[in-house]
Amino acid sequence: MKILVAVKRVIDANIRVRVKPDHSGVETANVKMAMNPFCEIAVEEALRIQQAGDAEEVILFSAGPQKCQETIRTGLAMGADRGLHVLTDERLEPLAIAKMIAAAAEQQGADLIILGKQSIDDDHNQTGQIVAALMRRALGSYISEIKKVAGGFAITREIDAGLEKLRITSPAVVTTDLRLNEPRYASLPNIMKAKKKPIDELSVADLGVDIGCRTEILSVVEPPARQAGVMVSDAGELVDKLKNQAKVI
Amino acid sequence: MMSYSAPIRDLTFAATELADLHGVCRLPGFEEVTAELLQSILEEAGKFAGEVLAPINWSGDQQGVRLENGQVRTADGWQEAYQQFIQGGWNGLPFATEVGGQGLPWLVATAVAEIWHAANMSFSLCPLLTQSAIEAIQAHGSAQQKATYLPKLVSGEWSGTMNLTEPQAGSDLSAVKTRAVAEGDHYLLSGQKIFITYGDHDLTDNIIHLVLARTPHAPPGVKGISLFIVPKFLPDAHGNWKLRNDIETLSLERKLGIHASPTAVLGYGAKSGAVGYLVGEENHGLIYMFTMMNVARHAVGVEGNGVAERAYQQAVAFAAQRIQGREIDDPSGERVAIIHHPDIKRLLLLQKCRIEALRALALLVGGCMDHERRQTDAQLQTRAREMVEIMTPIVKGYATELGLENVSLALQVHGGMGFIEETGAAQHYRDQRITPIYEGTTGIQALDLIGRKLIRDGGAMNGRVIERIREQCGALANARELAAMTDGMAKALAILQESANSIVASAADNMQLPAAVSEPYLRLWGVVACGWQMLKAADVSLTKQQDKQPADGRGDQQDATFYRNKLHTARFYFSSEMPKVHALGEIISTSSQLVVAADASLFQAG
Repeated sequence: MKILVAVKRVIDANIRVRVKPDHSGVETANVKMAMNPFCEIAVEEALRIQQAGDAEEVILFSAGPQKCQETIRTGLAMGADRGLHVLTDERLEPLAIAKMIAAAAEQQGADLIILGKQSIDDDHNQTGQIVAALMRRALGSYISEIKKVAGGFAITREIDAGLEKLRITSPAVVTTDLRLNEPRYASLPNIMKAKKKPIDELSVADLGVDIGCRTEILSVVEPPARQAGVMVSDAGELVDKLKNQAKVI
Repeated sequence: MMSYSAPIRDLTFAATELADLHGVCRLPGFEEVTAELLQSILEEAGKFAGEVLAPINWSGDQQGVRLENGQVRTADGWQEAYQQFIQGGWNGLPFATEVGGQGLPWLVATAVAEIWHAANMSFSLCPLLTQSAIEAIQAHGSAQQKATYLPKLVSGEWSGTMNLTEPQAGSDLSAVKTRAVAEGDHYLLSGQKIFITYGDHDLTDNIIHLVLARTPHAPPGVKGISLFIVPKFLPDAHGNWKLRNDIETLSLERKLGIHASPTAVLGYGAKSGAVGYLVGEENHGLIYMFTMMNVARHAVGVEGNGVAERAYQQAVAFAAQRIQGREIDDPSGERVAIIHHPDIKRLLLLQKCRIEALRALALLVGGCMDHERRQTDAQLQTRAREMVEIMTPIVKGYATELGLENVSLALQVHGGMGFIEETGAAQHYRDQRITPIYEGTTGIQALDLIGRKLIRDGGAMNGRVIERIREQCGALANARELAAMTDGMAKALAILQESANSIVASAADNMQLPAAVSEPYLRLWGVVACGWQMLKAADVSLTKQQDKQPADGRGDQQDATFYRNKLHTARFYFSSEMPKVHALGEIISTSSQLVVAADASLFQAG
């Protein structure tokens, strides 16, 4: 079995994100970048499946500017075998990314595609679902458990009502939830090995997909600052304010 | 509250632009090392340090260590962190691949070590001591000893300790009394050792103590000291290391800082004698110790500066969010964060310029250690060795003393909050305080610097090193733009040479005289050596800024900010630190008689 894992380069989770002065997006210059935490979980799970003897190869995929190779390299240092990088400076929507992942998975013959359930920058929570739809494959989203079984995978999904246990057929697409695993730290020997692992650079044309945007960003703004609170003298005043000022009751 | 973010950009800058990573990479055996690899290693080390080691620094300090039924227990989270640390392969970073290490340069090891020490000094002492034990066995152990101990010490499965000090033998090791009596293929040791860092703990299955002791007919003094390997557990009949050796942890010290690092009093041989194995030949123990002393002293300098970096980060974070007062020239304006106030900025700048200069110096020496070991060109190797000789006591002595001032300034930035334990600034202040003391006090470093490194050859080696620095500073690409700094540097080097000459001259009259000003002389060397690094940094920054002008992309914009700030920091160093050379030169030339002439009555009360 081959596993393809999509990894995204995002602003480091510990950084305070700032909106650009022209409101065209958020500031990414001079900002520390890292692998999307949900993608780290995806890489970790792929490696665990491989270590259990259920997969021969773990391939990492990323699309975006040259620096995305650093993110792939991080995953290679965790233990993945090789990388695919689609070099593009275009703004990428979930649909475009999903098309590229689907095309790459097809080319590579990947039986299982693992993605983070969402990225912490855009919070779309769409890519995995679109990949499954485009490829007409079984989808297991928000998984907290996955196990290879005959003909497919036994998975546990985290849903509003609790945990849903399903069996899905292979080939499949799954997206990781927070509790699936705790990603490992790259070991020093693996960091050194990662240097020699191949990253194939592709162009969008190599994949033959249209990555044109279907949406337009009008404006990006900071959330409104919190207003100072007011002290109320008694319960009556509180009820009055909730009713007439906040209009919540 | 007390997060730590490894200064990866500055470490990379210091390693590649100032400490000549590229030159080190060309040494035999380092062909695979590149700037990109360094970057990846620092990033992963920084991540591990920030997420695993830094979070247990404060809890470890508060909880401390305890002795339970003869076994030392480390703080919560320590065992898990240690397992992760050794599973990551970090313990063996600079050691030979044949014994399971990663075979990376000391230059890289130095940069990574700063990260560990900054994140969690108490934790990092365990691998630091193991590293020293590895160095000693590697250099002087028998083939069998190397095969037995090195793989497990390098992997971190076992840890190591250094047992030198006894109650009556501190800085003066000639007074060591622990006895070792030959018995068949081994020796039986008896005696007491104190101040043994990680002398006992629950992180590893075995602890390999390296112990200085005296054999029955050994000559008196330092020439009669031998070095022994004394494992906590010995192999049983089946070859399993389960047999408890006759070593007892008598107590743990209560200390000012590094509460999570156990400092043990060890009793050897109270029952039948502790089984030990001689390293090398009898009576050569102290010489053997000295071979690894350079590495250990350098490591403590890096540690002293690493803790200062951690304290500085905390001070910056506090200053940026603590709102007090208004801009001094705008009394009716908005209230501002204290980082706007000139005196707070000055406090932070002082720390920053010193830390960055000391970092560069420590990395430079790390690189020289690599050249010393692997350089095939004899002349270059000698140059590297001389640099290591001179700079080791300076890195140890000056980085720890200045580090002490820095952690104090970091605490000062916090005002009253700094004095409150919960703020966390106090821990760095307490922890850092040991660094100018252990592994040879600053006074001992200063004696090494004026004795072995200066007076012994009449100042010849010292003069050569000064001359090489002078040459380098004279050949900078941007000498004209940096005229104010290069002038300052030239004056400082002249004062340094003059002071060295006067010390050599006075030694001929009376050794008391140079000893009395040895510490100011070490400081003078420290100020100048750091100035050398900042001048180089300024030169590189100017060049890079010019190179970057037409370049595109955001990465370069990021670099431009870095180089602009580096230049600013270097200028501040030359305006605020470099002038100390005048005062120190004055102290060195005028104070020694007054120190020597002070008799005991002067210190009596009243």
